[in-house]
Amino acid sequence: MKHSHFWLAAAASVIIVFAASHFVSNDYFFFAGYVVLQYIVLAEAWNILGGYTGYINFGTSGFFAIGAYSSVVLHKLWGPPIPVLIVVGGVLAGAVGLAMGGLTLRLRGVFFAIGTLALAIVVQTFITNWDFVGGSRGVYIIRPPSAPLLGTYIHYLFLVMLALAGMSVAIARTIERSTLGYGFAAIRDDEQAAEAAGVPTLKLKLISTTLSGALMGMAGAPLPYYVTYLDPASGFNLSYAVNAIAMPLIGGTTNWIGPLIGAILLGTIQQAATVTISSSLNLLLVGVVLVFFVVVAPHGLIGLYRPRRKERIAQAERKVA
Amino acid sequence: MFSELLLNAIASGVLLGGFYAAVTVGLAISFGMLDIGNLAHPAFVILGSFSAYIFNQRLGLDPILAALLMTPAFFVLGAAIYQVYFLAFERRGEEGLRGLAFFFGILFITEVALILGFGVDYRFVEARYIGPTLHVGDVDFALRTLVPFVISLAMVGALQLFMSKTYMGRAILAVSQDSLALRLMSVRPYRVKLVAFGISIATAALAGAFLIIIQPVEPSIGRDYIGRVFAIVVLGGMGSFPGMVLAAILLGVAESLTATFYGPSWSPAVAFGLLLLTLAFRPAGILGRRA
Repeated sequence: MKHSHFWLAAAASVIIVFAASHFVSNDYFFFAGYVVLQYIVLAEAWNILGGYTGYINFGTSGFFAIGAYSSVVLHKLWGPPIPVLIVVGGVLAGAVGLAMGGLTLRLRGVFFAIGTLALAIVVQTFITNWDFVGGSRGVYIIRPPSAPLLGTYIHYLFLVMLALAGMSVAIARTIERSTLGYGFAAIRDDEQAAEAAGVPTLKLKLISTTLSGALMGMAGAPLPYYVTYLDPASGFNLSYAVNAIAMPLIGGTTNWIGPLIGAILLGTIQQAATVTISSSLNLLLVGVVLVFFVVVAPHGLIGLYRPRRKERIAQAERKVA
Repeated sequence: MFSELLLNAIASGVLLGGFYAAVTVGLAISFGMLDIGNLAHPAFVILGSFSAYIFNQRLGLDPILAALLMTPAFFVLGAAIYQVYFLAFERRGEEGLRGLAFFFGILFITEVALILGFGVDYRFVEARYIGPTLHVGDVDFALRTLVPFVISLAMVGALQLFMSKTYMGRAILAVSQDSLALRLMSVRPYRVKLVAFGISIATAALAGAFLIIIQPVEPSIGRDYIGRVFAIVVLGGMGSFPGMVLAAILLGVAESLTATFYGPSWSPAVAFGLLLLTLAFRPAGILGRRA
């Protein structure tokens, strides 16, 4: 499928899902759906850097919260519509992502991963000490009474996040099947060999960290309107980072379908478990599933399917011979 | 008045640093020597705190004594985790990304399991040395930090002796220095690493007891220590014990000064900021040989 066709298909799926959602009368569906869609964006964003380029980011919650807090600041100053908030959140988080890309100059592997964790905590400390956005007490955000285009506000938020999810999946696929994606894969497989072969590794790494960070910030930008009360402990919650890593690893990290499957599966299970069992038990579930998958199925659900495909190719080759 | 404040801040920082050395020594072994990025180390420290808490509350045992009794159990736990890690990652040569995700998952599981078991309330222990303070001139030494400081330095000293004097200790050093050469001499690093990782988790039992003596503990405070312990290991030069103690005291003093003069809410940024700066400018640590 050509890139333009895939973008059209993604846009069509967004419209179809949104149209279908109008048959759902229960508002809880939209609250739960919003969270799952948000995880699709986070998982695809994490995977651009973690899965394609091979640099692990433990600081997802930091980027996510930068998007959320930039919205808080804008909301207090002027109160622009959500699409503007998303663009600003994306730009700010992308700038921090660019700075994080600078870290890759000196740090690789474990050190880079710990560096990203450090970055998230430093940002969190600054936000906690910044009184304008509520500091450690948190801040209340009052939603506008009605949403543009649509009836209730949660439908509008759902649509926004749905569009973001469609966009991030399309971006991930476009990258994967383009020169950029091949460059990323070359860095992931062997950075020195890639550099020696003339791949502009630094430039590509900077693009990867910036894109990944920007998408995470965009996912976080509508958050204040969704939760209506935001404090650093929830904005910078470690569970965002754990989920953003667990979802691609469960689905499979080397292509765009993996994070999508992982996010839908794990996100839905968690939403169901939160309602039926308890919210801390569902976090335990994420941890257990993550450990189980890295130990037992290192290439994710996609990887379980792949050996069979290889077998089929081998069979076909035997027939030809 | 100012100099008194400064002296007290430095003194409590040094004591805090001694405690940080105890929290870090396990990671200096696993990450510094064995190259296993055990992100979950602080979670095991919290587990140590809670095991000391249980012994203290149920049997009225001294927390440090309780932790000493628990070290064999922690050793076995560590060995079991290394066993899984070895089979799932090291043997396949995939320890990088997946190994880290594995420990991240373990960190999360331990934390949530403790929350399910004990709730999010702060827990504390009782011991005779927790209340009083020692006055030396203008400087105060709180016994609740002085006792962990002394025992923690003793522990690090004992481990240093173990590493340099015993057969097993030297084998661990050999693994950390040149694992390939060891293999060429037909020694399997596997068993040595199993013991070393067990020891590294066993130290977490003691460090956990120190932690709950110094301050009340709830399951999620372990995260604050991730940055500290990695900063100290990297700053100390990856696996060198003297460097680690020096780095721990440096960080303790820096945090204590920040808390005294700017407020305690800034102190998490000190450790992580220091870590970022070290990683960026001096990856070999303060006592490191190669730049």
